[in-house]
Amino acid sequence: MSGQLKEVRNRIKSVTSTQQITKAMKMVSAAKLRRAQDAIIQMRPYSQKLQAMLSNIVSSASAGVSMSLAEERPAEKVLLIPITSDRGLCGAYNTNVIKLTRQAIADKYSAQNAKGNVTILPIGKKSYEYFLRNNYKIIDNYWTIFSDLSFDNVRKAAVHAQHAFINKEFDRVELVYSQFKNAATQTFVCEAYLPIPKTPKTKGAKSTDFIFEPNIEVLLQDLMPKILNTQVYKAVLDANASEHGARMTAMDKASENANELLRSLKISYNRARQAAITTELTEIVSGAAALQG
Amino acid sequence: MTLEILTPEHKVFSGEVKGILLPGAEGYFEVLENHAPMIASLGKGKMKIMKDKNNTEVFEISGGFVEVLNNKTSVLIEDATAVA
Repeated sequence: MSGQLKEVRNRIKSVTSTQQITKAMKMVSAAKLRRAQDAIIQMRPYSQKLQAMLSNIVSSASAGVSMSLAEERPAEKVLLIPITSDRGLCGAYNTNVIKLTRQAIADKYSAQNAKGNVTILPIGKKSYEYFLRNNYKIIDNYWTIFSDLSFDNVRKAAVHAQHAFINKEFDRVELVYSQFKNAATQTFVCEAYLPIPKTPKTKGAKSTDFIFEPNIEVLLQDLMPKILNTQVYKAVLDANASEHGARMTAMDKASENANELLRSLKISYNRARQAAITTELTEIVSGAAALQG
Repeated sequence: MTLEILTPEHKVFSGEVKGILLPGAEGYFEVLENHAPMIASLGKGKMKIMKDKNNTEVFEISGGFVEVLNNKTSVLIEDATAVA
């Protein structure tokens, strides 16, 4: 009887310590989520201004300027950039990104995949490990971005993709990541990255008589890569915030589950304890009765 | 005129200034009060913010863009290191 009591006691102890860990992880994620959100807010003015500048230039540009980064080619060689986290314990977050990537390959690029023309540029340890294990062609220079998250590191990956596109190593580049909505919800998206999706001329924008230095063509050529770099950076920041959001929710659920478990364990502990006491009492009473004879 | 210097990671500077010296793609130029609307590409070099006559700040930059519109100047760069 006391053996069972001890067992339950041990389980209670282990569940309690697990719960402490999940609670701590939740707190850490909450703090990191705040930082990640701040980073997104910090970069917003920059990207907005960049977009505004682009539309200013485009509305002044007379004819369509041809650009190597916007060149549409038949999609023969494809590069996918899935962005996951470095660590697990964040619910279905990583699985979802990987699933979406595989789905994109199966739906859109199965012919290319059969010819071995789908390449993966993983960002984050989880996607790196997965695609390596499953024998995909990968570019493995950039998966460690999250260990030192800075614009400079993200830019290197973005520039790599752009160069590869211009050199016709790839005809299409897509980003797969999770957009951050709020701590509890993430939207997983597969976003076209290159060639640059056509931006319609914004109508009604008052065109100011700008002086362009050195000239419109050079400006556009310079501006496009910057916007593309920012796009990847934004995706990475979004993914980062989503990861912490997902982990926070997962850990919250885990702590709740632990509570539930503890409650039922405590009930069975008390039951066992009471049973033990009752047996003991019956033994004593019947022993006394036997003595009195 | 108002000046705003932005990078993807943070806002470097924001406030009223007399003028700013910038490393244009084809040589240094200065933007002062009431400059005509302009969009220009920047090259590598030193950017000098002139808050007033003897109060300046210098940053090392490696390319970016500047937009001048209605006495509001926005400088977009990918990185800026302050030079003492």
